[in-house]
Amino acid sequence: MIISRKKFLKLTGISMLAATGERIAESLAGTAPSAGPGSPRALTAKRWAMVIDLQKCAREDGCTACIDACHRTHNVPDIDNRAHEIKWIWKEEFKHAFPSAHNEYQAEHIESLPVLLLCNHCDNPPCVRVCPTQATWKREEDGIVMMDWHRCIGCRYCMAACPYGSRSFNWIDPRNDIAQLNPDFPTRTKGVVEKCTFCDTRLAKGELPACVEACPQDAIFFGDLDDAGSEIRQLLKSEYAIRRKPELGTKPEIYYIV
Amino acid sequence: MRDRSLIYLGLLIFLAVVTFPFTYNLAAGSGEMPDLEYPDNETQCVESKEFMRSSHMQLLVDWRESLVRENVRTHKTSDGRTYDISLTNTCLAACHTRKGDFCDRCHDYSGVENPYCWDCHIDPEQTERSAR
Ligand code: SF4
Ligand code: SF4
Repeated sequence: MIISRKKFLKLTGISMLAATGERIAESLAGTAPSAGPGSPRALTAKRWAMVIDLQKCAREDGCTACIDACHRTHNVPDIDNRAHEIKWIWKEEFKHAFPSAHNEYQAEHIESLPVLLLCNHCDNPPCVRVCPTQATWKREEDGIVMMDWHRCIGCRYCMAACPYGSRSFNWIDPRNDIAQLNPDFPTRTKGVVEKCTFCDTRLAKGELPACVEACPQDAIFFGDLDDAGSEIRQLLKSEYAIRRKPELGTKPEIYYIV
Repeated sequence: MRDRSLIYLGLLIFLAVVTFPFTYNLAAGSGEMPDLEYPDNETQCVESKEFMRSSHMQLLVDWRESLVRENVRTHKTSDGRTYDISLTNTCLAACHTRKGDFCDRCHDYSGVENPYCWDCHIDPEQTERSAR
């Protein structure tokens, strides 16, 4: 059978229309599946990050509002024994948090300035690289370094890899040291590693991280580093901010205004 | 054939030993299906009873992957209903409020006492008790 050029082009056109027609009709009717997971209430960003204003944070001596809120929200046990303790967010003196910025003649109020520490949700996280089970991984859509406690085998490679001590290991069953269980969040079990998750569960419900919400001094800012108009980007533009050990190449995403 | 009686006796003992687990369970009444307490407020589960009986673990594993790894936090049933993915808040708090009379009874019956789900996932009834 010989087909004329005109007929060939016609046939090609019709079959292409037939192949794509369904999708076109779908999108015209607005029934095409919408992209992206999560509920419409969820807070989303391309790269979550945090800015902490240390002067504001130090205003009230011994304040632990953010730590208490975080640990209550996530069923973090309060274990007295330092060898077994679990922490997601805690305070350390400036000279320990930023050892390279320390010098022996520095003013005492700088040296002892309390610094809030938590997982830096590094953009280049060494913990993720070493985890053999992918129990910890960086969420591509927003940069959060996540934990899957179902998968963690407790090898603690990630603890060795993290240069910030952001991770804790459950040496004992944590349930016995939780004053009040929060049913909205699971506990962990003996033998797994845990750390801050930037409150991914709260973000999915449209809520800010528990520490940000709890801070009575509004010293903690949370937002999208990828959005030039975000509050944290404005702050980073106008204030001098430092990060912990950036020279290691981990690209930590917690910024401290000193 | 002088040993006939001995052989029969031996066979009888053998049969008794081999069938002991069955006869024991029959006598103890533990061979019967457990009597489960169903929720008062709901007549329908996430999927059919038959599916849940055979495959609830697969469903829970799918939920786990979906929520933790893909950040998809709701489940659409095969007939179009939507549920929040949560063992504690959907399965337990909303329906099977007395875990002991549902989950545990069946788990005990099938010899999977205390699956390690409960090491981390909270039974809300327990938190109420601890708060009191
Ligand atoms: S601070 Fe530590 S635990 Fe957190 S992402 Fe960086 S390396 Fe990993
Ligand atoms: S302890 Fe858990 S999260 Fe850490 S590296 Fe090992 S498996 Fe991964």
